[in-house]
Amino acid sequence: MVGNLLLRGMLVGLFAGILAFGFAKIYGEPQVDRAIAFEEATAQAAGETPEPELVSRPTQAGFGLLTGVLVYATSIGGLFALVFAYTYGRVSSFGPRGTAALLALAGFVAIVLVPDLKYPANPPSVGNPDTIGSRTELFFIMLVISIAALTATIGLARRLWAQHGGWNASIIAGAAFVIVIAIAMYALPTINEVPEKFSADLLWRFRVASLGIHVVLWTVLGLGFGAIVERSFAGQLSRPASARPALR
Amino acid sequence: MSNTTFAPTYGPLPIPVKELLPWAIFGGLLCLLAIYFVGAEEGATSMISGMYVHEWVHDGRHLLGFPCH
Repeated sequence: MVGNLLLRGMLVGLFAGILAFGFAKIYGEPQVDRAIAFEEATAQAAGETPEPELVSRPTQAGFGLLTGVLVYATSIGGLFALVFAYTYGRVSSFGPRGTAALLALAGFVAIVLVPDLKYPANPPSVGNPDTIGSRTELFFIMLVISIAALTATIGLARRLWAQHGGWNASIIAGAAFVIVIAIAMYALPTINEVPEKFSADLLWRFRVASLGIHVVLWTVLGLGFGAIVERSFAGQLSRPASARPALR
Repeated sequence: MSNTTFAPTYGPLPIPVKELLPWAIFGGLLCLLAIYFVGAEEGATSMISGMYVHEWVHDGRHLLGFPCH
């Protein structure tokens, strides 16, 4: 049962990854190319000799990008299925489709949106190679804070639910989440390593494209996984309808 | 119906943790390792020498928003 869910999660993730790759190729790659052109022009102006390419640009933008996005999407799909298996019927009282859709929304906010707002995606030539260690560290700290805060928020909303009703419980818990994230973002150091003459338009387009890739991935994953699980496990994931108490 | 009288008798049925745990450990670790290779290997930390993995997933790493060189 769990193995089947995991497999389905990974397959839906793979499918979502193919669509995300299409989006990345069309909207993301032109920005990567522009950034690399800037990088090369800067290096040339500084009189540096270009480094030999380990992997050619067309391969990086084709099979390289495809592998990266598919491996990432398939793994996210697998993790998604495992969290779904735990939350379904335990944290969420919705059916498979509702649970999967809400879980995908939560995952997108906690794993993508919040870390990205503090430490956004950067195109090539933005970022000092010497600071990769601290930048990676800060990025993962923000990610962990974000996931922990969202998990706590859901727990808080559930505890307040009975006393305050769904709307108020969600608003209170949501406000708590925003406050915790705002404090974390204020406390963590800001990183700005954008070169002086780097195009603002390019930076904006690159970051929007990056966010778009994740929107495609999580939307397809959440909606697709819910639909497939509801069809495949119709009888096993809920108590039989005949056991429902009669409406009073 | 006798087995349904202890718990609420309607709504979604949770999967027992005992059934979930082994899958969560092995599947979860495998997925996290795969994400590590796409997102961080040969960047801040490295398990394999050289830069081939980094260069191969280079564009994906940038576009997925991981810190990259």
